Amino acid sequence: MKTRVTVTLKTGVLDPQGKAIEGALNSLGIKGIVSVRQGKVFDIELEGAEPETARAVLTAASEKLLANTVVENYRVELL
Amino acid sequence: MKAAILLFPGCNREGDAARAFGQAGAETQIVWHADHVLPNGIDLVVLPGGFSYGDYLRCGAIAARSPIMGAVGRHAARGGLVLGICNGFQILCEAGLLPGVLMRNRDLRFICRRQHLRVERNDTAFASAYGLHQTIEFAIAHGEGNYEAHDETIAKLEDEGRVAFRYCDASGKVGGAANPNGSTNDIAGIYSKNFNVLGMMPHPENLIDPLVGGIDGRGLFESLTKAA
Repeated sequence: MKTRVTVTLKTGVLDPQGKAIEGALNSLGIKGIVSVRQGKVFDIELEGAEPETARAVLTAASEKLLANTVVENYRVELL
Repeated sequence: MKAAILLFPGCNREGDAARAFGQAGAETQIVWHADHVLPNGIDLVVLPGGFSYGDYLRCGAIAARSPIMGAVGRHAARGGLVLGICNGFQILCEAGLLPGVLMRNRDLRFICRRQHLRVERNDTAFASAYGLHQTIEFAIAHGEGNYEAHDETIAKLEDEGRVAFRYCDASGKVGGAANPNGSTNDIAGIYSKNFNVLGMMPHPENLIDPLVGGIDGRGLFESLTKAA
């Protein structure tokens, strides 16, 4: 089963990389961008096709490794 | 004093740490990250600097989940000493042995320079050779040294006197331009609740020889060698 976990910074956490990207987009002449925050996408292939099992596995993976829950949130999608 | 210096793939300052401890008279051995137990009779576990796992995922994230870290956690829980330097500090935070997280430097640059620190307390196993509020000079070399934590955590650290070192200038004035990375409250290192675990971003092991222009680093190793 194909799945995706998206990890993003919690609101209020300083993201200097996002700011740097914002500045670069502006320099490129791409207007209208209010803010950019950078996150991570993990495309994870699971064996089996049971949605509940899949969510449990991905939640465990996210809580234990993929996200640092001090400063990051995560979102699980079954594709 | 018997110290175990952990070696993860990508560490690069284990030799420097061993040299600094050797100079102070402590016995050291390198312990591979995939081992499940620490050698017998270890007083201190050292997590050295470097780029474990290439900083993949997050700095120290993968190393923090290494087999040896279970043994390190048990060692710390029974009061054993643990020292994390730079990437070692990052690993200790990722492993939950210290609170908070080290984020990318505020100005996005990797900073490699000499750095003055103020010794916030000298009544610990790590800092007894220094004077209270002494200004010392170590070296820093990091891209992710910005110490961040929830407001309540920071307040708790301050209330409990668990800040070990703060970034300062040569005259001992804390903060401002002397803070290289934007760390909250200019924090350069913190202690665990029982003061047996210390995580710090600066490198004491690289200022132990007059040849490189300073020996302020010796105090930390002398303190520890006396402690056990």
